[in-house]
Amino acid sequence: MLRFAISRLFSTLPTLLLVVVVAFAMVHAAPGGPFDSERQLPPEIEARMAAAYGLDAPLHEQFLRYVGGLMRGDFGPSYRYQGTTVAELIADALPVSLLIGGLALVFGVVLGVAAGTASALNQNRWSDHVLITISMTGISIPNFVVAPLLVLLFAIQLKWLPASGLRGPASYILPVFALALPMLAYVARLMRASMIEVFKSQFIRTARAQGLHRNTLVFRYALKPALIPVVSFLGPAVAGVLTGSVVIEQVFNLPGLGRLFIQGALNRDYTLVMALVILYSAVVITMNFLVDLIYGLLDPRVRYT
Amino acid sequence: MGFWIPGCAIHEYTDGNLAKTQYRGRGLGGYAARAAVHVQRCVAVGYRRIVNFFPWFSPHTYYDIDMNAILLSPQWADARWFGTDDLGRDLFVRTMYGGRVSLAVGLVATAVSLVFGVAWGATAGYFGGRIDHVMKRLVDILSAIPFMLFVNQLMVVFGRNILLIFVAIGAVNWLDMARIVRGQTLSLRQREYIQAAEVMGASRARIIARHIVPNLLGIVVVYATLTIPQVILIESFLSFLGLGVQEPMTSWGALVQQGTQVMRIAPWVLLWPAGLLAVSLMCLNFTGDGLRDALDPKDAHR
Repeated sequence: MLRFAISRLFSTLPTLLLVVVVAFAMVHAAPGGPFDSERQLPPEIEARMAAAYGLDAPLHEQFLRYVGGLMRGDFGPSYRYQGTTVAELIADALPVSLLIGGLALVFGVVLGVAAGTASALNQNRWSDHVLITISMTGISIPNFVVAPLLVLLFAIQLKWLPASGLRGPASYILPVFALALPMLAYVARLMRASMIEVFKSQFIRTARAQGLHRNTLVFRYALKPALIPVVSFLGPAVAGVLTGSVVIEQVFNLPGLGRLFIQGALNRDYTLVMALVILYSAVVITMNFLVDLIYGLLDPRVRYT
Repeated sequence: MGFWIPGCAIHEYTDGNLAKTQYRGRGLGGYAARAAVHVQRCVAVGYRRIVNFFPWFSPHTYYDIDMNAILLSPQWADARWFGTDDLGRDLFVRTMYGGRVSLAVGLVATAVSLVFGVAWGATAGYFGGRIDHVMKRLVDILSAIPFMLFVNQLMVVFGRNILLIFVAIGAVNWLDMARIVRGQTLSLRQREYIQAAEVMGASRARIIARHIVPNLLGIVVVYATLTIPQVILIESFLSFLGLGVQEPMTSWGALVQQGTQVMRIAPWVLLWPAGLLAVSLMCLNFTGDGLRDALDPKDAHR
């Protein structure tokens, strides 16, 4: 297990390196420098600014310096917010995103598993049809449509919840719900299909023949193997929460990483965008790695080789 | 300028088996579900015609600013069927034009990813061995990256050109297609007619182009149907963030974004494009999903 984990960890490194290289190359292939402004600066000032940001060195040297900085958690200076490093910007925004994303992840997976299981146990009854239709709708309607509609209904028309900003626990409800909804829907669908499949297998038939109660069947025997597809969805789910949060934080006006991303994108703050893409990719890659490890806990037949 | 959206042959595949296989339930629910399948399919296919032709019936354009008609609510007078936005532009025509952009991006980017994915997957699957290993590994590595963010960075760095959006989204969306095509090619390679072609001395390129690819078409069409809503979603996402199409041209994502800004006083500016986007994505997803279930007997989705 440990050997598998270590070798798997090393095989994620090329991916991460590729992300860094591509992100770096794209930023440096971009037309125009980071300090382009309407005002024409004298060439000696431009040269000094380039030197101050280390942009006068040859490209491979810049790259090595950047990677060296990454190892120490230094993403370089922000090109737009002068005197601020990218790392500081990220440190301010990270807790907000982490809280909302984490809550949405837990909420989405737990409710999704529950709904999917309930749907599978009532297969082809009307409650099942209703659940499938709702979940397909939830998958199809994008975040940036759901979120404004939720605000319109619950914040503006009914005035139950705050529309934007972070003031008290109530202001977390709408963003977390909007972020969790597509994930909840997808997990429910996956869970339903795999639960139906597991219930057809031999060991469940045996357990049922022994006269065990349905709840015992579900919780003791069927749940663990049925969770495997849901677990393998967790990698993409995290990616979904991250991209979703870009939209959600924009709609609800939350000071998280997603809004930082958009501001960086609109301001052409290259170092900030590059850092966030690398950070997001690292999170997704780590998640995929963890998912591979969790397989073994759920399915004793999985061998680490 | 207008985008003429080319026809797609998806509905011919769906006609026969989709409604039969997908919803077998008896009783009212079953019949309703089967009827719903037809409605979904018609909407998925018909949208193209609606967004192309309907603007002709309106006297307004998508770009004319009318400061005397700001945020009109939907009404029959003066043909303001969907109302107007905060610059007095006609929302009906704008929504239709936005639909053209969204659907055009959907189809073109899907076509790009189709060509890329099929070529890559078929080559990897047919050649096998070391070439396959390297090509497959590359796809695996690339799919670990959250691509929506990557397209985003692409837009930031290279500017916002609508052609670039087509190509960029297509170029990052081919991974799943390549994986599926590769798997299918691996099994096709063992067939007798491929061996026969090899014995007759056909070149590898010819075997891939003339024998492998045509036999992949069924599954490719299914996954293309599922790619279209995905791509529309990415484009709308970019436009919503202000990185997609540029004013005065618009797309559904950009319209939703504008709608969120005035939804307190004029909710219809949000509701029309949001509703149309949601319905079309839903229909495309349902159709693609049904197609997959219909053509793949092993898949136990229901």
